[in-house]
This record gives sequence, C-alpha cells and structure tokens, in this order.
Amino acid sequence: MNLNATLFAQLLVFFILAWFTMKFVWPPIMKALDERAQKIADGLAAADKAKTDLALAERRASDELRKARESAAEFRGGAEKQVAQLIEEARAQSVRIVAAAREAAETEAAAASQRAREALREHVAQLAVAGAEKILRREINAQNHAELLGQLKSEL
Amino acid sequence: MSSGTEHAPTAGEYIGHHLTHLTSTGHKQTAVIDWSVINLDTVFWSLAMGFLGLFLLMRAARSATSGVPGRFQAAVEILVEMVETQSKAIVHGDRSFIAPVALTVFMWVLFMNAMDFLPVDLLPNIATWIAVQFFGADPHHVYQRVVPTADLNGTLGMSIGVLLLCLYYNIKIKGLGGWIHELFTAPFGSHPLLYPINFAMQMIEFAAKTVSHGMRLFGNMYAGELVFMLIALLGSTATIAGFLGHVVVGSIWAIFHILIVVLQAFIFMMLTLVYIGQAHEAH
Repeated sequence: MNLNATLFAQLLVFFILAWFTMKFVWPPIMKALDERAQKIADGLAAADKAKTDLALAERRASDELRKARESAAEFRGGAEKQVAQLIEEARAQSVRIVAAAREAAETEAAAASQRAREALREHVAQLAVAGAEKILRREINAQNHAELLGQLKSEL
Repeated sequence: MSSGTEHAPTAGEYIGHHLTHLTSTGHKQTAVIDWSVINLDTVFWSLAMGFLGLFLLMRAARSATSGVPGRFQAAVEILVEMVETQSKAIVHGDRSFIAPVALTVFMWVLFMNAMDFLPVDLLPNIATWIAVQFFGADPHHVYQRVVPTADLNGTLGMSIGVLLLCLYYNIKIKGLGGWIHELFTAPFGSHPLLYPINFAMQMIEFAAKTVSHGMRLFGNMYAGELVFMLIALLGSTATIAGFLGHVVVGSIWAIFHILIVVLQAFIFMMLTLVYIGQAHEAH
C-alpha cells in the first residue's frame, strides 16, 4: 500500500468519467424516464376520463330508454282511448240505426194496419150496405138513407 | 529468492508477486510515498472498467425511449432510478452533476471490484505471456494487479475527488465567507476561544471522511483479493485435499464476494452522496 502518482491519475479519471456521465448518460435516461412517467400519467387520466364518459353515456342511454318507454305508453294509452271511443261511437250508431229501423218498421206496420182497417171498414160497410140493400131493397131508398149509412160506416 | 528462476515460487513469493504493482519504473516501489511512480496496471484497469461501465450506460442512454423498455434498458433504468432516489433523499439542491457522479461512482467501483471475480492468475499470466513474448521481459519481473480498488491510490484518488467536490459545494452553497465562518464556528459555537477547536475539528472531520472513505473500499477489496490468493495457494499444492479445498472454499468465497463487491460499491456511492449532501447543509 504505497502511495504514488496513480492517485492523481485516478482523481482525474474520476472527474472525466463523472463529467461524461453527466453529459451523455444521465440526461437521455432521465428524459426517457420522465417521458414514460408522463405517458403513464396521461394514460391513467385518459382511462379515468373514459370511465366517467362511459358512466355519462350509460345515464343518457337509460334516460333515452325511459323516455321511449314513456312515449310508447302514452301512444298506447291514446290508441286505447281512441279505440274505445270508436267502439262507443259505433255502438251508439248501431243503437241509433236499430231504433230508427224499429221506428220505421213500427210506422210502416201502423200505416199498414190502418190501411187494412180502412179497407176492411170500407169492405164491411159495403157488405153491410149490400146486405142491407138486398134485405131492404124496396123499403130503403139508398139516396134517402145515405146519411144513415154514412153514420153507420163511420161507426164501424 | 532473487536467484530462484529454476524452481516454483514459494507461497510468500507467489503472494508477494501478486501484490506488486506494474509500476512506471518497472520494479517494486520501495518508498511508502513516491510521487514519481505511477501504477500502470491500476490506471489501465480502472480506465478499462470506467470505459466499459460508461459504454454500457451510454448504450442504454442512446437507445432509451419512453416506450416499452427492453431488459437491458430496464436494468439500467432501475439503476438510474435507484441512484436518483438516493441522491434526491440525501442531497437538497441542484443535483444535475451530483446524481451523475453517484451513478458513475457506483458503476465504476462495481466494475473495478468485479475484477476480483476473475481467477487470480488469469490476467497476470496473460500479461506475463505478452511481456515475455513481445518485450522479452523476465517473467519474474512482470507484475500485474487487476483490481484497481485493491490499490490504495485508486480508492484514495476517488475519495479525494469526493473531497474536492465537497469543498466546491461548500463554497458554492455557503459562499467563501460563509464557509470560512462555518469552519470556525461549527460545531461547538461562535466564541473566539472555540475558534481553534472548531477549526481543528473541521479539519479532522474532512481528513477522516476522506481517508476512511478510500480506506474502507481499499481494505475490503484488498482483503478479498488476498483471500482469493490464499485459496489459490490451496489448489497449487496439487493434492486432492488442496484441489477440493480450492474448489469448495473458492466457490464459497466467490459467492460471498458478490455481496461484498456490490455492497462496497453501494456504500462508496452512498458515502459520496452523504458527504456532498453535508456540504449542502448549513450548520
């Protein structure tokens, strides 16, 4: 363990190597490390943002879905109401038509029966008159007793 | 055994040979401190490991993208992230130079320590072969130590570099006046009688920090290297027991040494950050 000038050589080499490292080794490696750290931080931030975006999109989607369901329900309600109304109207109309038909039939029937009655009455009156004529051929003058016959006719 | 060129080296010679640096003078340094000598092997291997470490880091830095990283890039990123986290926790202030220093120190010390994993005779033998083959050298005088952190010059060189950084940041953060004021008033307080004591304490603190910083790494790696050599001596007995001992103990020590290599590199980096961090804290 003798001391000699090697010491100074080593001292010089020490500084040269340290200078070299400072100049050419340290900065690129630190730069790469810092850049990678930045990249990772950015990546994590992007992932976070994507997560919130996803949550937002999900909320919006469920909103849309709910709205669609509501409007569908509304449509269905409207349609049902309309159908019920149509049925109601149809029913009312059919009732009306039936009533009108019945009324018409009744009127017709009444008129027919009236006519038949009139005809019958005429017929009976004629028959009565004819009968009476036959019976009372001589005694009863048709012209004289026309008033009586008319009264009889109206009573039938 | 200066004349022993015929027989195999004794254990002492073997270890001594392995612990001798390839110096610029060509022979073993005798004085404890001799500034005219330079350990060529330490300089070469620490440069090689520094360039290898920086080359790998550089490759990762070149191809670094913010996209999905490959395995190599991810490994380097883990390392860089670790250094960045530690430096951020320890140093409060501008870290644009300090954090790269910590990364450099960790990579460099790790690679230099890892040279200990190579077989103790592999690189020295290759060096001997080259020296004998191409330079006609005497193989007994070709020395090669391949773990730069097991050389006190290597570790103290780095710890003195850290000391210089501490001084620089002390002045930069507190201003020259503020720092000198702190040298005389901390840690015991501002009183004329305490000035010399404070100053002495501060000087001792700086010296102790730097010396212990370098010595800790040196001691660990030197001891590790020495143990590897002793284990290699077991195998060199060329007996069955020696061979088995070499394999078993060598494996155990190498596995344990993985921990030491990484731990010492980490400790050296952490202390670098702590000392520079202290320069940022006002007392």
